[in-house]
Amino acid sequence: MKRLEYPFTKEQIRDLKVGDTVLITGKMYTGRDAVHKRLHEGTKPPVDLNNQIIYHCGPVVVKNSKNGKYEVKAAGPTTSIREEPYQWEVMRDYGICGVIGKGGMGAKTLKACQDYGCVYLHAVGGAAQVLAEKIESVDGVYWEDLGSPEAIWELSVKDFPVVVTMDSHGNSLHDKVLESSKAKLKEFI
Amino acid sequence: MAANKKTTKKKVIAKKKATTKKKVTIKKKPSLYDSLLELVRVTSTVLPDDVARVLLNARKAETEGSSASYALGIIADNIELAKIKSSPICQDTGTLLFFVNHPVGFKQSEFIETAKKAVVKATQVGYLRQNSVDSLTGANTGMNVGPGHPSFHFHEHKSDKVEIRLVLKGGGSENVSTQYSLPNVELGAGRDLEGVKKVILDGVIKAQGKGCGPGILGVCIGGDRGAGYINSKEQLLRKLDDKNPSADLNKLENEIVEISNKLGIGPMGFGGATTLIGCKIGVLNRLPASFFVSISYMCWASRRQGVVLTKSGDIKNWLY
Repeated sequence: MKRLEYPFTKEQIRDLKVGDTVLITGKMYTGRDAVHKRLHEGTKPPVDLNNQIIYHCGPVVVKNSKNGKYEVKAAGPTTSIREEPYQWEVMRDYGICGVIGKGGMGAKTLKACQDYGCVYLHAVGGAAQVLAEKIESVDGVYWEDLGSPEAIWELSVKDFPVVVTMDSHGNSLHDKVLESSKAKLKEFI
Repeated sequence: MAANKKTTKKKVIAKKKATTKKKVTIKKKPSLYDSLLELVRVTSTVLPDDVARVLLNARKAETEGSSASYALGIIADNIELAKIKSSPICQDTGTLLFFVNHPVGFKQSEFIETAKKAVVKATQVGYLRQNSVDSLTGANTGMNVGPGHPSFHFHEHKSDKVEIRLVLKGGGSENVSTQYSLPNVELGAGRDLEGVKKVILDGVIKAQGKGCGPGILGVCIGGDRGAGYINSKEQLLRKLDDKNPSADLNKLENEIVEISNKLGIGPMGFGGATTLIGCKIGVLNRLPASFFVSISYMCWASRRQGVVLTKSGDIKNWLY
């Protein structure tokens, strides 16, 4: 088990390899379909994303009516491949160092991970409660006009569990499993 | 399970009573609205027993210390935590699919109106995510109500029972659901059960990683494109340990699970022994010209619950 602690650095990222289980402590920003589309269309991000982690997640957030604070009720990852057309650009233009999501991403993203020192971290899909428990606070919300699940939520997490499935050295667990499963299927049909 | 639901409900009621103690308490009769709100809460937060059992057992098949075993461990913790906290198992609380079996004379429009109110409330308190988006403007309705949301499927039957089943089907699993038209030259799949098997297994390969496996397949052979998809979703209402009355389909269901679990895809596509925890196949007639195989992929968080109502609209018993 490795640990990734804020502030994140490129050195920490380069040290991560496919198959590592990692506990993240620090800051992350949610960003999914609408955020990536808007960034791609040229709008500058409302926060500095340099050496930050983007989490592909549309959380359930409820505002506490007594203290006005946001509470995250559920926060698992969403499928990342939808951001494949945009993710490499966000890595190149805004210097993010990590992406958390599920299902893995494609060749463009894998190459950008190598080129710009970034890593793809796989959270367990559907594990919305285990992951929400790791969120210590909601520190901000941006682009709320995109709707609650699509907004950028600034989160502080502690011991957030992920598995490295695409590293900054050109390795992808997803490519490997896809190839081997296809080969295996030929034995049965 | 039944006992657990009861205690959770009692706790909720007890809590409510405690906070409203000073007010004049008039004992309110449980209504259809309350029952539907409770059905939504339980569906979103408590995984059906038959599914939870299979998932908890699945870990034994995985290598200790592997990513697959790690993922199943987190899934087990998540199932427990969601139940205790009465919070959504998954943040994508999905499309709400209501399947209602009802007697003659049942008022569907009144039911729809009440169900929508319950869904709005469930969204406000966080049992459901704000999950309904206007496809043209991109605006989130904020309340899970709008054209097509929730999705209602009514079936009139001869019994005097009102049975309501609810499935929450997330977007990740719906996106990898798929439909094949046979023959399929590329896959060498003809218009027979062997061809059906080939396309289903192709669907399993393509869904890997993306649909939050280990998954459950609901499949329909035949029908037109629309009816095929609906029937494939209805298969997801079946318990994992039931047996298909058709010997051919029962055999095919078992075969699909067996082969899929030998492909090494595993939970989350991390590699491993558990790719599917179930496959349920239904069949509809088709036109001579058409042969569709419709596959609804369901994630491990297979959220389905159901209730039988009393005449006054209270919950008589739970179906899963």
